[in-house]
Amino acid sequence: MIEVRNLTKRYGDLVAINDITFTAAKGEILGFLGPNGAGKTTTMRIITGYMPASSGTVKVAGYDIFDDSLEVRKRIGYLPENPPLYTDMTVGGYLRFAGKIRGISRMQIDDAVDRVLVKCGLTEVHERVVGHLSKGFRQRVGLAQALVHDPSVLVLDEPTIGLDPKQIIDIRQLIRELSGDRTVILSTHILPEVAQLCQKVVIINRGRIAVEANQAELTRNAPLEQVFLQYIAQDEVIETQVSA
Amino acid sequence: MRNALTIAGRELRSFFVSPIAYVVLTGFLLIGGWFFFNLLARFNFLLNLYAAMRNPQFAEQMNLNDMVVAPLLHNLSVVLVILMPMITMRTFAEEKRLGTYELLMTSPLSIGEIVAGKFLSMVVFVLIMIGLTGVYPLILLLYGNPETGMIASGYLGLLLLAISFAAVGLLTSSFTENQIIAAVSCFAVLLLFYIISWPAETAGGGFGTVLKYLSLTEHFSEMVKGVIDTKDLVYFVSVIGLSLFLTLRSVESVRWR
Repeated sequence: MIEVRNLTKRYGDLVAINDITFTAAKGEILGFLGPNGAGKTTTMRIITGYMPASSGTVKVAGYDIFDDSLEVRKRIGYLPENPPLYTDMTVGGYLRFAGKIRGISRMQIDDAVDRVLVKCGLTEVHERVVGHLSKGFRQRVGLAQALVHDPSVLVLDEPTIGLDPKQIIDIRQLIRELSGDRTVILSTHILPEVAQLCQKVVIINRGRIAVEANQAELTRNAPLEQVFLQYIAQDEVIETQVSA
Repeated sequence: MRNALTIAGRELRSFFVSPIAYVVLTGFLLIGGWFFFNLLARFNFLLNLYAAMRNPQFAEQMNLNDMVVAPLLHNLSVVLVILMPMITMRTFAEEKRLGTYELLMTSPLSIGEIVAGKFLSMVVFVLIMIGLTGVYPLILLLYGNPETGMIASGYLGLLLLAISFAAVGLLTSSFTENQIIAAVSCFAVLLLFYIISWPAETAGGGFGTVLKYLSLTEHFSEMVKGVIDTKDLVYFVSVIGLSLFLTLRSVESVRWR
């Protein structure tokens, strides 16, 4: 469903991501892990077509992100780290707008908006102004925005950041329900979340893939937390050896 | 096209649900009204003066077009130089700051549709803004007999001028995520093109002609005088076209970096 091949992104001399390759199959939830500044957001921005890579390719549902960017963007729902909300709009109005620019026809827009309002638990706030909502609700509006056009691929950048425990559980439950026949890429710092939700884990460190594996295999001998630290540390050891 | 309309609709709605639109329109009409009142008061004063001096030839020569409408339009054009940058500064800069730029850029929209939508919303706002000042010449028409052709041509000029300002504003807003930088750089460009012909007389020759051609005021003045020349229309259309083209490129450049 998602095929990332030899992806590299440079900002001048700075290499943000370096020769990244991984795949996510249909119906899979892929946990995308790594320390801050490892290149997670950059990778996600490339997959969603926000910016191009310096080299390498991404295929989403068989479409190339560079050649068929429009087709890819139709099929992706993206929740950036900061939910992209127009704070002066009502929840309903905002979701209608998000749906329309994703190409939902006038006939179907009401149904589509009602569907995500229910799914994300936003029905009672649909007339409220986005800017007046609490952090938890805003996050849910962001998620609803990513779902309104019923995309086959969901890219979520730290969807549970800053939420209270109850809301975190709700969102996780929602992501689990959503997966089904969708492919989800989930970036997060919260390792138990990955342990609960994801079939597959990709750990990225300093712009390189440290490991790509099934979660079950990865955590056979040690908990995810230990595995994560081990891979991050391993990378640093190699690097200090090289520089020495 | 439908996408452009969706974007334009959202843009306008956000103007009118926030106080921005009302503050801008009130300010513009207040200042415009003050200009109109003063110009008209002076006109009446002179008329009475000449009548008292029993000087009918002078009174004959006075006309509403030259003494009220033309200066009013020129004054309004100066107000627009100051106001338009503040109206357009949000268009792209605000989206970048809010992060909604990511929503637009990852949606299946072409960049042309995004720019067209934003431009369209600005055109509609400008039409409302300038349309409302139509009340001043309407008062003249009700109580006097100004030449309607000249008023129409002047208003067309003002409209084209404002739309050109809006296009320049879109361009400067697309460069930055800081609204102040967007507004100030737009203001600087507009003011520069407003006064660019000042040294034209002293410079003379080819350079002088070029400066005169570049000047927004020169073209606008012609239209205020009641002359609709293709040369001036071409000028405004090229300013708008060039600004929009550069905006398109500037928005696209996210994809090159």
